Amino acid sequence: MAKNFFSTRVGIIFVGAVIGILAAVLQKLGNPGNMGICVACFERDIAGAIGLHRADVVQYIRPEIIGFVLGSLVAAYSFKEFKPRCGSAPIVRFLLGVFAMIGALVFLGCPWRAVLRLAGGDLNAVLGLLGLGFGVWIGVMFLKNGYNLGRSQATHTGAGWMLPLLMLGLLSLMFIYPQVPGQDKSGVLFYSLNGPGAMHAPLLISLVVGLGIGFLAQRSRFCTMGAFRDLILFGQTHLLSGFLSLLIFACVANIVLGQFHPGFTGQPVAHDLHVWNFLGMALAGLAFALAGGCPGRQLFLAGEGDTDASVFVLGMIAGAAFAHNFGLASSPKGLGPHGITAVIVGFAVCLFIGFAMKKKIAA
Amino acid sequence: MSKIVDARGLSCPQPVLMTLDAIKSGSDGELEVIVDNMASRENVVRAAESHGWSVFEIKDNDDKTQIFIRKG
Repeated sequence: MAKNFFSTRVGIIFVGAVIGILAAVLQKLGNPGNMGICVACFERDIAGAIGLHRADVVQYIRPEIIGFVLGSLVAAYSFKEFKPRCGSAPIVRFLLGVFAMIGALVFLGCPWRAVLRLAGGDLNAVLGLLGLGFGVWIGVMFLKNGYNLGRSQATHTGAGWMLPLLMLGLLSLMFIYPQVPGQDKSGVLFYSLNGPGAMHAPLLISLVVGLGIGFLAQRSRFCTMGAFRDLILFGQTHLLSGFLSLLIFACVANIVLGQFHPGFTGQPVAHDLHVWNFLGMALAGLAFALAGGCPGRQLFLAGEGDTDASVFVLGMIAGAAFAHNFGLASSPKGLGPHGITAVIVGFAVCLFIGFAMKKKIAA
Repeated sequence: MSKIVDARGLSCPQPVLMTLDAIKSGSDGELEVIVDNMASRENVVRAAESHGWSVFEIKDNDDKTQIFIRKG
C-alpha cells in the first residue's frame, strides 16, 4: 500500500499551512473578522439560514461547511476509505454536539477560530485555547479511566450518504433561492443584511476552498482537539504540529494581508470576559474530547461515512438553535442572559456522560 | 501465538489506548492489532513505533486490517 504523504509529519504541517493561508484569504475576500473559517459559527449561520433560530445577524448557508463534507467524501471514495458505519451511542454524540456548540458560542468560536483569532492578534483567544486544553485534559482523564462510546458497526452505503446528501440539499437551496441584495429572505432561506452573517466570500470560492480543505483534512486526519488530546494522553506531537502550522501560517498571512491587529479590546466578533472565554471553550473542549474529534474532524468523518459523527454535526446545528433561541450565545457586547447557566448545565451533562460511559471493551 | 487486540469498530484514541495497554501489560513480544479504518491503522503504527516496537507485517483486507508488531 502506498504511503499516505498527508499522514506524515511533513504532510500534516503542509495541511495546517494550507488551511491557515486559505482562512486568511477567505477573510480578505469577505468572511468576517478572524473568522475566515469557523466550523461552529458557520454551522450556527446555517441553522439561522434555515430558520432554526432567528438571530438576524447570523443567517447564511456557509458553503465552506458543505465543501468540508463533500471534499472528504471525494477523498474517501478516491482512496477506498468510504466506510459507512453507525451505532456508537448516537444520542450521546448528539447531546455532546449540542453542548459543544453552546460552549463554543459562549467563547464565540470553535477551536479553528480560536487559532485564527490568535493569528489575527486577538489575545482573548489565549484564554480560549487554555480553556480548550483544560477541557480536553478533563476528557483525557475520562479516557484513561476507561471512558468510551462503544463500537460502531458497518451499515448501508445509503446511511453513510445521509449527511453528504443533506449538504447537497443545502447547496441546492442556495442556487434555488439565491441572496437578493437588500432582502432578508429569499424563498425559504433567511439572509443577514448586516453583522457577521452578511459578510462572506463569493459562494463558489468558499465552496472550492471548502472542498479542497475537506479533501486534505480527510487524508491527513487533521484535528484541533486531537492535537491537545494526543499530547496529553500519549505525549505525541503529530497532530499538534498541524495545529501549530495553522497558527503560524495564518498569522503570517494575516500580517501580509494587513489583517493582524494585536490586543484584547475591539476585536471582531469577540468579547473580553476572560473567565467565560476560558470556561466556554473548556466546555467545548470536553465535549469534543468525549466525542472523539473537533467540529472540523466530525465533518470530515461524516464525509467518509461515519454516521455517528453526522449525528454530532446535527447536534451542533441544533445546539446553535438552542443557543440563540434561549439567549445562551455571547455577542461582542458580552454574555447572553442565560449563558452562565448553560455552561454549568453543559459541564454537568458532559461530566455525567464521562462517568457513565465506561463499558469495558473486550480486547 | 501472539496476543490479539481487536479494535474494530472503535475510533481514535481507543485502538491506540488498547495497543499501548497490551504493550505495557508485558505481552510476550508480539502483538496482532485488528482495526477497520485507515486512521486507526496509521495511529497504531505510529504509536507502536514511538514505543520501540516495530511493524513486521500488515495485512489489508476489505473489512479489516491486521497489524503485526513486535518488540524492538
